[in-house]
Amino acid sequence: MNEIAQIVVLTLAAGTPLVFAALGELVVEKAGVLNLGVEGMMLVGAIASFIVAAKAGSPWLGVFVGALAAALLSQIFAVIVLTLRANQVATGLALSLFGIGLSAFIGRPFMSVVIDGIKPLAVPGLSTMPLVGKLIFGHNPLVYLSIALFLAVQVFLQRTRAGLVLRAVGESPQSAHAIGYPVIAIRYAAVLFGGACAGLAGAFLAVAYTPSWVEGMTAGRGWIALALVVFASWKPWRVMIGAYLFGSVTLAQFQAQAAGVAVPSQLLAMLPYVATVVVLALISRDATMIRLNAPASLGKPYHPE
Amino acid sequence: MADTPTEAAPRLALRGITKRYPNVLANDGIDLDVLPGEIHAVLGENGAGKSTLMKIIYGVVEPDAGVMRWEGEPVRIDNPARARKLGIGMVFQHFSLFETLTVADNIRLALEPRQSRQLRQRIRDISTRYGLPLTPARRVHTMSVGERQRVEIVRCLLQRPRLLIMDEPTSVLTPQAAQRLFETLRTLASEGVSILYISHKLDEIRALCTRATVLRAGRVTGQCDPRRETTASLARMMIGGDLPHTVHREANAGAPALRVQRLDVPADDPFGTRLSGISFDVREGEILGIAGVSGNGQKELLAALSGERTLARADAIMIDSAPVAKLDAFARRKLGLAFIPEDRLGRGAVPEMNLADNGLLTARGDGNVAHGFIRERSVVAFAKRTIAAFGVKAGGPDAVARSLSGGNLQKFIVGREIGQRPKVLIAAQPTWGVDVGASAQIRQALIDLRERGVAVLVVSEELDELIEICDRLAVMTQGRLSPAKPVRETSAEEIGLLMAGATSGEITPTGTSAPARAEAR
Repeated sequence: MNEIAQIVVLTLAAGTPLVFAALGELVVEKAGVLNLGVEGMMLVGAIASFIVAAKAGSPWLGVFVGALAAALLSQIFAVIVLTLRANQVATGLALSLFGIGLSAFIGRPFMSVVIDGIKPLAVPGLSTMPLVGKLIFGHNPLVYLSIALFLAVQVFLQRTRAGLVLRAVGESPQSAHAIGYPVIAIRYAAVLFGGACAGLAGAFLAVAYTPSWVEGMTAGRGWIALALVVFASWKPWRVMIGAYLFGSVTLAQFQAQAAGVAVPSQLLAMLPYVATVVVLALISRDATMIRLNAPASLGKPYHPE
Repeated sequence: MADTPTEAAPRLALRGITKRYPNVLANDGIDLDVLPGEIHAVLGENGAGKSTLMKIIYGVVEPDAGVMRWEGEPVRIDNPARARKLGIGMVFQHFSLFETLTVADNIRLALEPRQSRQLRQRIRDISTRYGLPLTPARRVHTMSVGERQRVEIVRCLLQRPRLLIMDEPTSVLTPQAAQRLFETLRTLASEGVSILYISHKLDEIRALCTRATVLRAGRVTGQCDPRRETTASLARMMIGGDLPHTVHREANAGAPALRVQRLDVPADDPFGTRLSGISFDVREGEILGIAGVSGNGQKELLAALSGERTLARADAIMIDSAPVAKLDAFARRKLGLAFIPEDRLGRGAVPEMNLADNGLLTARGDGNVAHGFIRERSVVAFAKRTIAAFGVKAGGPDAVARSLSGGNLQKFIVGREIGQRPKVLIAAQPTWGVDVGASAQIRQALIDLRERGVAVLVVSEELDELIEICDRLAVMTQGRLSPAKPVRETSAEEIGLLMAGATSGEITPTGTSAPARAEAR
């Protein structure tokens, strides 16, 4: 029983960076903006949080600064694509490359620094309860935060007026402008949110999941988050399924490597990515659902008259 | 003519409104007064500046110069939210609706948060009061164009506007639906709402409006009471000359050149229409028209005919008794098919390429290409011939397609397709968004082509145009095609009823039958 709880805890933890990053990108895309810079923003969030955690000794302050740093980076992207109306794909790719390079550069002195990361919750009396203790009360605090974020995004998009306006902007910015909504301002806000979420994803990796800094430590999770949003047909609950699927396969391949399965470790390391994409591609074959959920103006610059 | 408003203070007064775009002066010193409770027409050709002026009033576009007064007070309307707060509502020509959202959500988006309480009930109240039936929970993409327009109108009415702007509202409606709309507008006017009615359809304006302001090339060229004018006198004010006429002789049709038999095409797109059991012939030397409100399968039918979509059963479409349904667009063109798509910039022409290169896109014969190499001189000569033959106003073969006005580019495309000496010509909305002069020229070109024995198929929403040029007419509704009827044996009313979804059996041959009148009410 305890082993099952342990598996669940590790699976959720492995999936959490994707939950943060993909939910943020989902909101950005729902507003009609395609930001391919997730990987770069995650890395900048990771190194910023790690430096603060190491220097100030507070991982929580690190998480905050990590989100802030990635949010600031996202605003560079926003100015270029929303105000200057540059191509979103090219700008997003450039942002990723920039983030990867910048984080590697400023992170060099921190390669072998050891910090005290954010530990899984240990509620006296509760976390040690038999059966459910660990399952419910034994996760990393940031995992709870990511689940809260999921609920918030779901309610925001489906139940609030602001969420309706955001979806409307992504569906038809011309129409939204015609009935009087500030399209560009709303898109700025969405990009800012997406940046902060990518920063949280990076911070989770650097100060909670494997408290350490390694160059390029996101290992392509930013790219998989982008794919996740598309294959999840822009539905938050499908993002969660995809993220935890990624988490469980990640865990399984670690076990396989530890058990000494006679398969090259590179192939095993590839598995979570392949499995996530294949499964999501299979469940999202319904063209109608994609058309109904895909933001119609995705990636297209908006020119007000 | 010079009846200055003395009866009441104007609700909206414009003085010297000017708006300049990089290439054109869209509005040049426009003065306009709108009185409470009047239906005021703004009349003008495409490109006369009507839409720009309305967007200025509604705050979508800001003018470069000029003043606006609302109820006597000077105002600056810099965004639509401000316009709505003043009490100005607008129903757009191309609707500003969100397709994936429900009717209620679409309406909620346009209202202040506190206005959206008990929204569904209020939508139902307004729609019964003005005869605009709606289902709040339906998603917009499942609705017909007429229903979408109702959503727009109800959305405006929920904000209790004192001025309602209608931009070409009947261009997407069947004649019967247009009559219903007029009833709604008259009710609103009688309640004191001012209505600005934009149109280039002269009969409509004479039937509905109490005052008209005429625009030409961005200026006001006249003011009148349209009820006291004739269609011809309005047309003179609008285009500065008489309406051009097309010459149409009796049909002398030969053997079928294009034959479509039991064509079924599944919808591959959730917003598309499934075609089922479509059969028709177009004979040499005749023009067959397909009428119908767009979105009823026209797009899918045209894709199947042009070869953009190929089909499994080869003999579903035959050109000159050769089965072609499996062939792609290029192979079909080789067999003598020419195609004028609805969308000029993008499918008819490449916007960034010049006219010579755009000509080459379909004109591969005539020695334009030898052994895979382009023969520049021949290509330029072809473009020059087309420009001269159709009076295209352009800088020459080097002019970039995007720089031409809609009408001129369309004339070039029509000329290019006719220049292929086709056996079958398919034209989709050939005069959509084209000014009156160029429209007449394009229609005449189609008629001349028919005289030369070519089979011509015209798919259009403009019923008047189809009745003018076609020999036979069929109507498309929900992916099905009615049997084609000679134009002389039908009427606009009958076609209108078919467009609205009645089957031909329900209509008496005289056209204005009892159900027709009931529908109109």
